Amino acid sequence: MSARPTIADIVRFVKHEARLIDEKRYDEWYELFTDDAHYWVPAVHGQTDPLLQNSLAYEDKLLLKLRIERLKSPLAYSQRPASRCLHVLQESDIEKADHERGEYVTRTPFIYTETRVDDSQRYAATAWHTLVWSGDRLRIRLKRVDILNCDAMLPSIQLFL
Amino acid sequence: MDRYRNDSRALERLIEPDRVHRDVYTDPEIFQLEMERLWSRTWIYVGHTSQVREPGDFITLDIAAKPVICVRHTDGSIRLLMNRCAHKGTKVVGDLAGNAGKTFRCPYHAWTYRTDGTLINIPLKGGYEGTQLHQTAAVGGLTQIRTVEEYRGFIFARLSETGIGFREYFGDSLSSIDNLVDRSPEGELELAGGCLRFLHNCNWKMFVENLNDTMHPMIAHASSAGVAKKLWEGKPADAPKPMAIEQIVPFASDYKFFDDMGVRVYAHGHSFSGVNFSIHSSYSTVPEYEAAMKRAYGEERARQILGTVRHNTVYYPSLTIKGAIQSIRVARPLAADKTLIESWTFRLKGAPDALLQRTVTYNRLINSPMSVVGHDDLHCYRAIQEGLAASGNEWVNLHRNFDPAELGARELTANGTSDISMRNQFRAWREFMTA
Repeated sequence: MSARPTIADIVRFVKHEARLIDEKRYDEWYELFTDDAHYWVPAVHGQTDPLLQNSLAYEDKLLLKLRIERLKSPLAYSQRPASRCLHVLQESDIEKADHERGEYVTRTPFIYTETRVDDSQRYAATAWHTLVWSGDRLRIRLKRVDILNCDAMLPSIQLFL
Repeated sequence: MDRYRNDSRALERLIEPDRVHRDVYTDPEIFQLEMERLWSRTWIYVGHTSQVREPGDFITLDIAAKPVICVRHTDGSIRLLMNRCAHKGTKVVGDLAGNAGKTFRCPYHAWTYRTDGTLINIPLKGGYEGTQLHQTAAVGGLTQIRTVEEYRGFIFARLSETGIGFREYFGDSLSSIDNLVDRSPEGELELAGGCLRFLHNCNWKMFVENLNDTMHPMIAHASSAGVAKKLWEGKPADAPKPMAIEQIVPFASDYKFFDDMGVRVYAHGHSFSGVNFSIHSSYSTVPEYEAAMKRAYGEERARQILGTVRHNTVYYPSLTIKGAIQSIRVARPLAADKTLIESWTFRLKGAPDALLQRTVTYNRLINSPMSVVGHDDLHCYRAIQEGLAASGNEWVNLHRNFDPAELGARELTANGTSDISMRNQFRAWREFMTA
């Protein structure tokens, strides 16, 4: 156990997080989040308010759990056949490192592809992770995903950016 | 093509009292005729006055596949103009919203117009001397749609110069807009929180019909609302219920619940479900808001307003509203199998932010392109769009609780799971498509 994570630890964590989504290891992915965490996909460029402004998604752990359990349900017909996704990440920048409080913010531009048989969607996006270090592991307090064209008319996006 | 344009009998044959032919959902010619007829001869939702508050404020959008500008003119009136330069046809305004000041200027050759569409400047005008220009439509400036009505902040337009009047068209269905606006202690709404824009790869009618289809939630939403219900099961009765649970779980209510909700239909295709109660009836109260309502309206009237908890009201064909949750969904058809659904939220003036937070939460959970409830619905709409290509049965049935006595009625209340709202929509469809 080390007193603080290295840059390599943080970058590896962000890559691992995306990989868990791509490999549909949702239960493991869910465990990466703190109990008070949010997963946020704003609906407008530069959005600052998730509560009084419409977002594409703003999920606490309960709603993430709902999404994950739904994806497992045989009654989720919109996933029959199932979607697949792939994140292609640019290396993360550490935007903020507060070793005192064990808080780190990363910025990770990425290309996201989500497919379902013949349908394919592709987005350019930026992930902003607010990570907390609890002495032995990193966890996500906030994952914010800014889709470049978040204000475009969008079809169903069924997995996690 | 042109199987229907000059044959109103063929159009009429598509609509029977209790079933409709699949072409109404799939045929590109029908879609084109819908834009020219149904969507031009009826009153279509344009926007809300809070979007065009000051002179020069404008929004741009497409109505019946035509680009329009809705602008507050210098004299304070609301004008609807075709977004097409009188010169070469350029779309004059590119921004989705903004303030034009006193004039619109075409970005191509600087033909300039007042905010009522009047042409006021053409560069090097002398070059047109002795030409026929002044005898063409060009000198009329931007084409103005004069049939625009505002009802309690909601702006509607009828593109056809002649046709049914606003009040006659909507009749008593306007009571749902009344209830929505009355829910503001100040009797006024403003759009707040932005718009969610969800592209549906299906015909617009599948979305509009679904709003008062109460036979689908317990099935289609078993994977979302059903799972939410399970996640919350076993929690102590006094555990504080998260807003999301309060909003999603009622979608998993049983047939009896939705049947008892009731549905009311009005002439010209309008309807609402939730005559008696709705999936919004059991939301937790916001004491500060209720107190403000009582101060504004008195106890009795406040209880009446807040006790009217309708589910969806369809202002056929373009606007659907949820008074109880202060949100609207607007259908903007793009093609026979492509529809934009815009979902907007309102701030009730004089109400605490908790109410805006509630509608924004609902909108995100139900109407976002990332909504799991939305995924359920859209999957089914698309499945219809694809399934209708099958042979052997060209008809879509709407028989549930059909009663020949309903034909010709101007207003009717029925059990909530009846297909009557859909039959009623298609009667209006036939009326305006063959007029």
